[in-house]
Amino acid sequence: MSGNHDQDDTLTYYQAMESAVRELLIEKGVLTAGDVRRQVEAMDARGPQDGATLVARAWVDTAFKQRMLKDGSAAARELGLEIGPLKLIVVENTAEVHNVIVCTLCSCYPRMLLGLPPDWYKSRSYRSRAVREPRAVLAEFGTVIPADCQVRVHDSTADMRYLVLPRRPAGTERLSEAELAMLVTRDNMIGVSLVEI
Amino acid sequence: MTESSTVRFHAGDRVRVRTAYSIGHVRTPYYVRGKSGVIERVCGSFPNPEELAYARAGLPPLPLYRVRFLQRELWTDYAGHPADTLEAEIYQHWLQAEDAPR
Repeated sequence: MSGNHDQDDTLTYYQAMESAVRELLIEKGVLTAGDVRRQVEAMDARGPQDGATLVARAWVDTAFKQRMLKDGSAAARELGLEIGPLKLIVVENTAEVHNVIVCTLCSCYPRMLLGLPPDWYKSRSYRSRAVREPRAVLAEFGTVIPADCQVRVHDSTADMRYLVLPRRPAGTERLSEAELAMLVTRDNMIGVSLVEI
Repeated sequence: MTESSTVRFHAGDRVRVRTAYSIGHVRTPYYVRGKSGVIERVCGSFPNPEELAYARAGLPPLPLYRVRFLQRELWTDYAGHPADTLEAEIYQHWLQAEDAPR
């Protein structure tokens, strides 16, 4: 620990550019500091709840699940979820296929449904290793995929965003849709873990 | 390579990603270049990100595809199951029919 640990780090090039552009926009009256803060607050407040809502509905309603697998965005809108211009593809985990999501080029992520991505999702290590040795990466999350189950990695390289529809665990037959939604975590929907009860 | 906006490929078609190393903003990862795969679905058409990155319009929109690759064809030392796959989104101007001359 250095002597001036109270001090913020030196600004990087892009942090300085962000400050400059933001201050200019405020100075020119394009937006206000309050607008910026409210937007940051709205993004910070988002969590994986909306994604979990989609998953639970798909578990209890097979016809909905089929529509969701065909057009994820339309299914989210059908439930009244705010997704903006999000183009969503939902991929289903089965006994034969386990899906996992990564963005090797940057950190594309369905923020409207899951909130801000975890730091590890944006790390160079996850981004480079998830495509090359997905089973080893999954094992490090405590997720061991059986040898006879195919692992399918989805690299979000362009305009689509991805959500994993995890498998519904056994022993949840009596749970309500709302109770089911509470079982589903962010990591389940990225595909690095399985739903636990 | 012309950047046509007409959809050339359909689900199930075998394609190869062009082996090209163009400069500037590109959304085709290195590790799929020159590799063969199968069209999983047509995602629709989107403005070209290689143009958008420089504040140009990127029009006409280009067809975008999900391409499914076998992991063991992407990585010679792949240690997982031989049936493991990877899917990525690739714009049409990066794709050619697998049997087309390289």
